[in-house]
Amino acid sequence: MADTLQHYPKIYLYRRIVQAKLFIDGHYAETINLDNIAGEAYFSKFHFIRLFKIVYGKTPHQYLISVRLHNARLLLKKGIAVTEVCYALGFDSLSSFSSLFKKKMGLSPQNYQRIELERNKAMLQKPLQFIPNCFAEMKGWTQKPQF
Amino acid sequence: MITKLNHVSVFVLNQESAFDFYVNKLGFKVHTDASMGPGMRWLTVTPPDQPDLEISLMAIDEGMMFSKEAAQQMRALVSKGTFGFGVFECNDLLATYEELKAKGVVFTKEPTKEFYGFEALFKDDSGNWFSLGQKA
Repeated sequence: MADTLQHYPKIYLYRRIVQAKLFIDGHYAETINLDNIAGEAYFSKFHFIRLFKIVYGKTPHQYLISVRLHNARLLLKKGIAVTEVCYALGFDSLSSFSSLFKKKMGLSPQNYQRIELERNKAMLQKPLQFIPNCFAEMKGWTQKPQF
Repeated sequence: MITKLNHVSVFVLNQESAFDFYVNKLGFKVHTDASMGPGMRWLTVTPPDQPDLEISLMAIDEGMMFSKEAAQQMRALVSKGTFGFGVFECNDLLATYEELKAKGVVFTKEPTKEFYGFEALFKDDSGNWFSLGQKA
């Protein structure tokens, strides 16, 4: 017979770690004190970091940085100024944000934003270029000469 | 020879609601969101670690693809949970299950140990179901 969740003894540990992860997801732009998160999850800091890394493959700090960078990309795509994005996400300085962004993404925030805004503009002006033709034809969209 | 799958379609009842489900709940990334006008939106998302597999969230609307009757039938079938579209993979099923449940995702099968690994089943906001697995 298959083993279901109620037979799994460590589920309460998962729930605490998941709650900590969701806390980071919701408060990534704030100054997050890992001691507080560990305390809320009823763990010692060391135990918390170890379990978090087992579950998510990253330390809580590494995860926080990845969430901030993910949200940085979303804001940059919207055309928000690099400096504004940097401070809105809780980074200490523009230089640390830019170098971290470049290290992870392989290009500067400015270049990333330029490329994404150009893509968005093209998507707006020539949407058919972004849609496989078979689908566009099936939906009758290729008959729209303006695109 | 065929080497890869790069687009797959999931038929959804409402693209805006599907956007919220796949992006804000499942954590997928928006690949393309191109509008041809009202009711003509090409929306694709990708699993976070699989940027070259675009899942097209296709609206079931009356038009060239569906007649009025076919669209009604299709919407009814999707709502009833007729279609299972695939198997998603995660690193830690229990953690993913707990997170998605906390975000309001409906599971029709809780994580269960099968001979091939752990598996759970969940539904999207339209009624399409997916398996969520973790290799043993």
